[in-house]
Amino acid sequence: MSWANIVNNKLRSALTMLGIVIGVASIIALITIVQGATGAITDEISSLGANILTVQARGTPLKPGLSANDLDRLEAIADVRGVSPTISGYVSVSHRDKVLEAMVQGKNELYFRERPVQISAGRAINALDVDGANRVAVIGSDIARELFYGQNPLGRSLRIGGSTYTVVGLLAPSGGFALGSTNKAVFIPYTAAMKTLGVRTVSSVEVHMADVARADEIIGQVEAVLLESFNYREQAYSIFNMQDALDVMKDVTRILSLLLAGIASISLVVGGIGIMNMMLVSVTERTTEIGLRKALGAEPVQIQIQFLTESVILSLGGGLAGIVMGLLIACAGSWFIGIPFRFSATTVIAAVGFSAVVGVLFGWMPARKASRLNPIDALRHV
Amino acid sequence: MQEILRLKDIVKCYRLGGQEQVVLDNVNLTICRGDFIAILGPSGAGKSTLMNIIGCLDVPTGGRYILGGRDVAAMTEAQLARVRNREIGFVFQSFQLLPRLNALENVELPLIYAGLPRRRRRELALAVLERVGLQDKVYNYPNQLSGGQQQRVAIARSLVTDPALILADEPTGALDQKTGQQIMALFQELNADGRTVVVITHDAQVAGYARKILRIVDGRLFPGEVDLAGQREHIDVLG
Repeated sequence: MSWANIVNNKLRSALTMLGIVIGVASIIALITIVQGATGAITDEISSLGANILTVQARGTPLKPGLSANDLDRLEAIADVRGVSPTISGYVSVSHRDKVLEAMVQGKNELYFRERPVQISAGRAINALDVDGANRVAVIGSDIARELFYGQNPLGRSLRIGGSTYTVVGLLAPSGGFALGSTNKAVFIPYTAAMKTLGVRTVSSVEVHMADVARADEIIGQVEAVLLESFNYREQAYSIFNMQDALDVMKDVTRILSLLLAGIASISLVVGGIGIMNMMLVSVTERTTEIGLRKALGAEPVQIQIQFLTESVILSLGGGLAGIVMGLLIACAGSWFIGIPFRFSATTVIAAVGFSAVVGVLFGWMPARKASRLNPIDALRHV
Repeated sequence: MQEILRLKDIVKCYRLGGQEQVVLDNVNLTICRGDFIAILGPSGAGKSTLMNIIGCLDVPTGGRYILGGRDVAAMTEAQLARVRNREIGFVFQSFQLLPRLNALENVELPLIYAGLPRRRRRELALAVLERVGLQDKVYNYPNQLSGGQQQRVAIARSLVTDPALILADEPTGALDQKTGQQIMALFQELNADGRTVVVITHDAQVAGYARKILRIVDGRLFPGEVDLAGQREHIDVLG
């Protein structure tokens, strides 16, 4: 019965549904895109390792950074797999007449072992390179193309700052969304970088933990080493835990999702009012029918159910169309922004539930009005 | 004879612009099984109000209405709906068929509210449509039927729940004279089958088909003459 009325007022039903379609589509699209983006970012952060502590040393006037001895002491902490210092600088990198500015990063062998960097040709930086401060470099695909276009860079010389290095490895092209790719990177042993860049101490070091479960203890011991090293000045260093960053990230995106969903819900409410409006018109139009049904023995509650069913069908239909449309928008949007498209079943189920609730909520008043019509007045209508 | 319903000192008043208007004035009426009663009266005499009260669509201001041994005043809205569904079959002047449903579906409508399963509904609806002579029109929509056929569908709908009483309000009002006579003849047949029929009309010729005529004038009910000749009576004699 409810269905027949919807079919008989196709255009009106479609227009009424449109409000719900737009509301649900915008919620689905926004949440899917936000979740896709945060998923991509958190995945990337996780892939970098939730087991890594990053120590930044600002140093004191007497001691600008960490010494080799400090690094040894950090490495000696129980459940620390190793430490990976970074010496970086933005310097000119050249091959023959080709010159460009690049971020040169001094690392040790641990970095290449722990991080998901892919060597496509040649080799990574090894422990011998680090110990001997060998002037060898591993370069990203963009750097290779720009400096060594058309030739194999392996074994060729590369001038970094004032020193001459030899290219020993090539990195595979990488994607990367949040923290940038390694395509423009130039990696050299950190010991060599200290000489080339004229740096005597290390100001940034990653501590790789063997057991993430013991992170708090390890952080405590790292702090103890640093405090002693910097003469008990707490402001001389900071420790950054990747897991904390992930947690903050998740909080932020949760709030963002809720906020966006809240804004999009406004359009759903507007759509609901549209349904209520149509249902009220429908009740008025069908006064005689309602009166007749009552005369034939329909109880008020049966009339009410008939009209409620109608509005729930409308809103649910709109909701389903909105989900399809929202997912299409999200798919196109993700592709356009360049983030992965992630289908979230929870969001879809919530949208279906929400549109059904809108149908009941906004259909309630018209349905009640219909059920309370006096059959005599209703039949006299004609 | 077995009593179906009894109206006792029924009063119905409306308040129109602060003025109390008595529409039904101490109406007493007993309807028994097998009766064929015509309630005859000019417009404004209170016919429709009386029909609404008998049909449990309206409640009286005063007096008692006993239907099937129960006091209607004590019934809830849902119980009244049940009574309208099971005990009373309505036939209206303007047929009141739902245009989007075909004849069969229109006849099935009361059975939906009675909660019968689809197969049983179809069975019963087909049987009554056959009874009113529309077995070959069951899938026609109201706009594909003549006025007389539409009224037959409406009568079939009133019969389908096998009610104690068929209540027809000006059943020939929207029909030409010949078709009207056929409809009244159908009511006579149904009465001959043992059904109880109450027809409300302003037309003495229509009333002539009944076995008993009651006149309603200014809200009061009087016994009338049986018009065997079927000729138009002069109702203003009593007015």
